[in-house]
Amino acid sequence: MSFPPSNNSDLTPETASPTDIAPLGQPAQKPRHEQTADEEMAAANWDAIAADPDFISLIKAKAAFIVPATVFFIVYYFALPIGVGWFPKLMETRVLGDMNLAYLFALSQFFMAWILAFLYVAVAAGWDRRASALLEKFHARRGI
Amino acid sequence: MMPLLLVAAERGHTAIWMFLAFVAATLVITYFSARKSSDASGYFAAGRRITGWQNGLAVAGDYMSAASFLGIAGMIAFNGYDGFMYSVGFLVAYLTVLFVVAEPLRNAGKYTMADVLAYRLSPRPVRAVASLSTLTVSVFYMIAQMVGAGTLVRQLLPGVSYEVAVVGVGILMVVYVVFGGMLATTWVQIIKAILLMTGSIFLSFLVLAKFDFDLGKFFSSLTAITSTAADGTQVTRNFLTPGLLFKNPWDQISLGMALVFGTAGLPHILIRFYTVPDAKTARSSVVWAMIIIGLFYIMTTFFGFGAASLLGPDYIKTHGGTNMAAPELAHVLGGEVFFAFISAVAFATILAVVAGLTISASTSFAHDFFTNVLHHGKEQRPGAEVKVAQITAFVVGAAAIIIAILLGPTVNVAFLVGLAFAVAASANLPVIVFSIFWRRFNTVGAVTGLLVGLVSSIALIAVSPDFMANPIFPLKNPALLSIPLGFIGAILGTLLSREPEAERRFTELTVRANTGLGAEKASPH
Repeated sequence: MSFPPSNNSDLTPETASPTDIAPLGQPAQKPRHEQTADEEMAAANWDAIAADPDFISLIKAKAAFIVPATVFFIVYYFALPIGVGWFPKLMETRVLGDMNLAYLFALSQFFMAWILAFLYVAVAAGWDRRASALLEKFHARRGI
Repeated sequence: MMPLLLVAAERGHTAIWMFLAFVAATLVITYFSARKSSDASGYFAAGRRITGWQNGLAVAGDYMSAASFLGIAGMIAFNGYDGFMYSVGFLVAYLTVLFVVAEPLRNAGKYTMADVLAYRLSPRPVRAVASLSTLTVSVFYMIAQMVGAGTLVRQLLPGVSYEVAVVGVGILMVVYVVFGGMLATTWVQIIKAILLMTGSIFLSFLVLAKFDFDLGKFFSSLTAITSTAADGTQVTRNFLTPGLLFKNPWDQISLGMALVFGTAGLPHILIRFYTVPDAKTARSSVVWAMIIIGLFYIMTTFFGFGAASLLGPDYIKTHGGTNMAAPELAHVLGGEVFFAFISAVAFATILAVVAGLTISASTSFAHDFFTNVLHHGKEQRPGAEVKVAQITAFVVGAAAIIIAILLGPTVNVAFLVGLAFAVAASANLPVIVFSIFWRRFNTVGAVTGLLVGLVSSIALIAVSPDFMANPIFPLKNPALLSIPLGFIGAILGTLLSREPEAERRFTELTVRANTGLGAEKASPH
């Protein structure tokens, strides 16, 4: 096996120094002059962003979708093994020709999952806009 | 149906040629990927430049194992409806991935699941235990896949032995991962997903054609399937009736919990979200994956029930057994060439999954254990992390080959797969959820949660009906008990100590996870 030399665009220092691996966990801060604009802004403003009313309302909006949606899909999903396990006679009811309730309920789970996924994507597009507006705001404030 | 059953064409070596064509294509991809995988982000995360639909296909390719293709088809063909219950759980599980883990993981992590935990907790103990859990899940799942590959090959490719198949699969997965890294693995998974979907669609089409594309007629044929019972008598059963396979409803609940909460803790699935440029793409890739995975599992209706109706359980039993339901159906309906194609697809399926498992195991060892636990997050030499991952992939591959050969073809692989999902659900998911959503959560809680989940899953499986004649624990899958234990372990551990630093950094993690600020960027070029 061969290990090609690191490519030229990678400006990571060569020996025994913090590399791009380092910033995870609880690393030491980079010296100020090595920080990119993003990092400098980020290091300073976590608490300010977290306290911003727009951020708090974003978190609330996300929770307002995700919590009920998660509870709903868990209840809907486990209704299937519960129904099949403890109410087999009911689930054997023929609904559409020879298709019984058990099969149709199982099949409906696929559509339930797809519908929730598409709803999530639609709603999350709004969250994306709010998140970038929020970040814009903090970029704008940075110079003040 | 009798004329159908009389088809017994001489099996040629078409399957072997098709399989070799797939291998050749994947090796070419590996060759080109190797050039782009020199730096860490290129090697571990494909440069984070995979698009949404590509990653969706790759997630699907990473996830739909031989167990789900051949195993579920066989279970439905033999026991009807109950087999289809697996199909449902495998898809619904992705809602947990979509709602809870995919985006925060992409925003706050770098290469592994442990990155998100280590973000605000003390990195070394958390990474060490998370790496142990990742390796456990990946290696058990990998051995299950390899034993499956070995047993299948004897039926699919006449003349190739169990050992040869295991060694072949092992060498290929190591080659993909060592030389091509995540990029090669991704493309192997994409090609596999396309092949699997093509094969399944065509097989479903052939089944429906037999019923003149009349779904009513298709479902009517399932209401009276005749097979020979163990005592030799003929029994006719309605295959749409639940309960032909599972007698204890609690087994179903426990299995459902393992699937729905375990998928979001499977390390080889989670690391796929680091290969895309941002959280938004991670989200769209989950949805792409759900479309593909959902369509595939709905089609198990046609080729699983179709095999029951068109071939009958007795025919499948005498033609290779449960796992051969789908390939035999292809053989009877589509002839020699289609049988060869489906056989080659089955192998591609196994290869794509084991490659994904190998890279998740080696990434976790190199990134979590070697770099961050042993060397405090500093590379000793440039490229050391990638080099360690390559060596790990080699060692993991060799170990998996040896263990799979020692265990032999008769080992019960179902429990290995069950174990992988149970550990993922009981150890990994509780600590991921708490580290993202619970400010008070701390290092002690993460370590106890991971260890309690890991140990209780393994211990409960060891005393389950799969291992004991008089089981102490009555359920085949431990999730019903081990998931609550994992959560309780994490909560109790957390309450035992206070860690102000972890609570302080929770703010930072929340901002990162929800805005994408400071998230890893795609590599330029």
